[in-house]
Amino acid sequence: MKRSPVLLAVLAALLVLLPLLVGNYALSVATLILYFAYTGQAWNVMMGFAGQLSLGHAVYVGVGAYAAGSLFFHYGIGPWAGVCLAIALCVALGLVIGFLAFRFRISGVYFALLTIAFAEFTRIGFDHLDWTGGPGGMFLRVAQRDTWDLANFRGPPLMYYYAMLALAAGAFALCAWLLRSRAGYYWQAIREDEEAAQALGINTFRWKLLAVAISAAMTAVAGVFFAFYYNNLFPEQIFHISRSIEIILGPVIGGVGTLFGPVLGATVLTLLSDGITEALAAVGWEIPGIKQVFYGVVLLAVVMFLPNGIWPALARRLRL
Amino acid sequence: MDRRTFNRNMAVIGTAAALSPFGIARAQAQKLKVGVILPRSGYLGFIGQSCQKGADLALEVIKEMLGVDIELMNADFESNVDTARTRAERLIQEGANVLVGPFDSGAAAAIAQVAEQRGVPFVINIAAAPQITEQGYKFVFRNFQTAGDIVRNGLDLIGELFQATNTVPRTAVYMHVNDTFGQAMTKGISAMLPSRTQLPFKVVDTISYDPAAKDLTVEVSKAKSANADFLLLVCRLNDAIILRREMVKQRWQPMGIVSPGSPGMYEEQYFKTLGKLSEYSISNVPWYNPKAKLTQVVEKAFKKHNPKDNLVFHGLNAGFTFEAILIAADAFKRAKSTDPKTLADAIRQTNITEKMTLGAPIKFNAKGQVEGIGSACVQNLNLLPTVVLPKDAATAKPVFPVPGYKKA
Amino acid sequence: MPALDLVANVVVSGILTGLVYGLMALGLSVIFGVVRVVNFAHGEMMTLAMYAATVLFAAFKLDPFLAMLPVAAAFFVFGYALQAGFINPFITRPEHSQFMLLVAVAIILVNAMLMIFGPDARNVQVDYQLDSYELGPILIDKGRLFAAAAAVIAASGLFAFFRYTLTGKAIRACADNYLGARVVGLHVKHLYALTFGLGAVCVAIAGCAMVLLVDVTPPLGPAYTLLAFVIVIVGGLGSMGGALLGGVLIGVSEALAGLFIAPSAKSMFSFGLLILVLLLRPQGLLGRRA
Repeated sequence: MKRSPVLLAVLAALLVLLPLLVGNYALSVATLILYFAYTGQAWNVMMGFAGQLSLGHAVYVGVGAYAAGSLFFHYGIGPWAGVCLAIALCVALGLVIGFLAFRFRISGVYFALLTIAFAEFTRIGFDHLDWTGGPGGMFLRVAQRDTWDLANFRGPPLMYYYAMLALAAGAFALCAWLLRSRAGYYWQAIREDEEAAQALGINTFRWKLLAVAISAAMTAVAGVFFAFYYNNLFPEQIFHISRSIEIILGPVIGGVGTLFGPVLGATVLTLLSDGITEALAAVGWEIPGIKQVFYGVVLLAVVMFLPNGIWPALARRLRL
Repeated sequence: MDRRTFNRNMAVIGTAAALSPFGIARAQAQKLKVGVILPRSGYLGFIGQSCQKGADLALEVIKEMLGVDIELMNADFESNVDTARTRAERLIQEGANVLVGPFDSGAAAAIAQVAEQRGVPFVINIAAAPQITEQGYKFVFRNFQTAGDIVRNGLDLIGELFQATNTVPRTAVYMHVNDTFGQAMTKGISAMLPSRTQLPFKVVDTISYDPAAKDLTVEVSKAKSANADFLLLVCRLNDAIILRREMVKQRWQPMGIVSPGSPGMYEEQYFKTLGKLSEYSISNVPWYNPKAKLTQVVEKAFKKHNPKDNLVFHGLNAGFTFEAILIAADAFKRAKSTDPKTLADAIRQTNITEKMTLGAPIKFNAKGQVEGIGSACVQNLNLLPTVVLPKDAATAKPVFPVPGYKKA
Repeated sequence: MPALDLVANVVVSGILTGLVYGLMALGLSVIFGVVRVVNFAHGEMMTLAMYAATVLFAAFKLDPFLAMLPVAAAFFVFGYALQAGFINPFITRPEHSQFMLLVAVAIILVNAMLMIFGPDARNVQVDYQLDSYELGPILIDKGRLFAAAAAVIAASGLFAFFRYTLTGKAIRACADNYLGARVVGLHVKHLYALTFGLGAVCVAIAGCAMVLLVDVTPPLGPAYTLLAFVIVIVGGLGSMGGALLGGVLIGVSEALAGLFIAPSAKSMFSFGLLILVLLLRPQGLLGRRA
């Protein structure tokens, strides 16, 4: 494990200096990568650490985004209060889902389907909620975009990049700490064998709820970022099951339960997606759909041949 | 040049631009680079591909009309807002002087922010959410009606339709798809309908349905039981087809189906799938003037590019996409520069009188919105969407009430 | 308060549509019951079957009900190959890994269909499609009735297979006791592939029937996948009768929710029902407790 800190320092320095090195396009892609690295990290707390498969994480992004967005839209209250509300709501929602599921001993596939059901339920619910604009969407005012206005989280893309970088780094540090904390060990025990963990006297119910709450809270913050980065929210977009899948892709491809997995997965997938687009443009294949077919084939190959994700295999190679 | 070689050339140019650092190409102001960003795959795929047809023919028509060279940089945003944003950044980095697109209001809002930030003009071809031009953007322009305009024009045309056919329907049942567009339209209708005293009818029931609905049995049963004179419908394509078929199955024959402004019933698929059943449906929508001179030119170019297609089925999508590129090219011609700021200034001064779509000349107001874009009452006659109103653009007379589909 | 005949009409069509949904979900249920893998590409496979029916119709004027035979045969092979080639190595892997595999399959299927068939909706036009029978105040749509009948026949065939044939019994043995089945010398991987093939046959027949009711577009899949999940959970994941019952239940409850509340919110009730069933009776209405 000696090389890890060095690698981490180099990576951090590179990311901080990145805006000096690349253009706006690369910066927007990098922001997206960090976004998915962050949400992947959040999902990983629940699945990778505690072994609870959520396929409905979009619900936390959406509720978080709408919570902060509504405060700003209706009352002009900036995202700092919004983020608190978003976290509170999402933690409450996560606890409700987790409480019901764990109390009624729903696990595995059934738990996964339950999370989908909650996400879909919420999506259709928001479609009928006039206060947030319903399916017509919510458009946040975009006043000025040139100077950094941190109070209202308004500014140029560079600000959003650094904000996302800070979030991703924070999530990384938090997860690193969690993994070595008591909670982390309990979670891993639960993940590996819940009954054995219970036999050892671990209150699995409580520790699982904690994982859900932390994961929901982290994802809520991503939702607030989403709201103020895009400035428009539609239930169909933000709660859609494809958004949940996007969150999961990174950590699964990168390596579930690892610290670097979500980061690596998000990076590989986003670059892959844009890379295929560029490559296809270069050879002149402009058939709609072909890009996603290539993307799917790569996904398939990775899950087939690297069952634990890219990071564990890579780490072994690099002897980290 | 066919589409394939065209694409190949595009790709070569694209890679060249990507390889040349800092976009030196920008210094030679001979060609206007237009970034066309459309959803050609994903759930909006079919509309994106229809819009693309309007872009593909723009090159030669504009060369002929204005004598300026443009170059298209095509991007597919895959019906995904993240991709819309990064593709917009990519196009600008590759040297696009102006962006055109993207049909979808959500993506439009995302691209608008990039365009505004980078100071590159963005001409919206189609997107009706009113908020987009209410955000105080300086580089965002829209040559399309907002949802409010569509409703106003649509309702006015309903009045004209009744007048022209000497009919006085008393009741309507209103069905609408519950999505972004349907909601905006419904808001407009409930705000404007009560004050329209010249419209003789009352809405007796409102039924909203899921945009992803695969089965509209219940919805149609409910509407039928309202026993209204005609069906006022805000739809999309697939649901319109299911709905029309379900009406026949349930043997419901109101005086007619009238859309106050929505896609669906004038689209090729509606005709292909429904055949005879597509007949007589009415859509009051932003449309092109079949008698305009520019339309003839575009139609010829369209036939050349798409020998198997008929412009009338892509009229709205291709027409407004073409006009968006025309606006950019026209500004380029006057500005004699590809500098985005100069271009944006020139776009603000736009005054295009010779246009393809109906309505007042293309002029942007302070918000970047074109006012006075006209709608037409388009009725499906002889398996073609046909302009029946306003009179000066009409090529046939409206039929209302419509005959039953099966004279038993 | 809606009139009684309106309610009756809506309920009848809910039952008929529900049976077709049920057959689709039956495929998912059979696969899960035996292989213990949730087929997240289920709706996409169904879309593919619908396309197959439209292609056969366009090329040979083949009625979708006749198209069921060749499409089902092709799907059996497809399902068998998918299980044997891709999913079998995953049966011992964690659920998220299986999920990712099938998501990748779904992505490939959807977009390959977009490439091949284009974005426009396709359908079949048969002459009975718009006809309906009149039973007093009740109108029964012919296409829907035939589709439901086909679903019931196909489902009965599958029941019979599992109950009376040796292979069927062997598959059930695998489902009940994986280790035991191996011990007595059953070729489990082959049986798994067979099961997936049979699940695909259900999807194929449901798809051919569905094409009479709905036009097919490439992005149709995910909605059907979700629908199938809801149905099998409500009916009981792994239970065959439960899938059909779940289909009818969802069909009718959506119809009634659409009638009495808001049509656009009707699938919210399905998901609400799903959540309730998961909490109160997680094995589903007809499922056995694991």
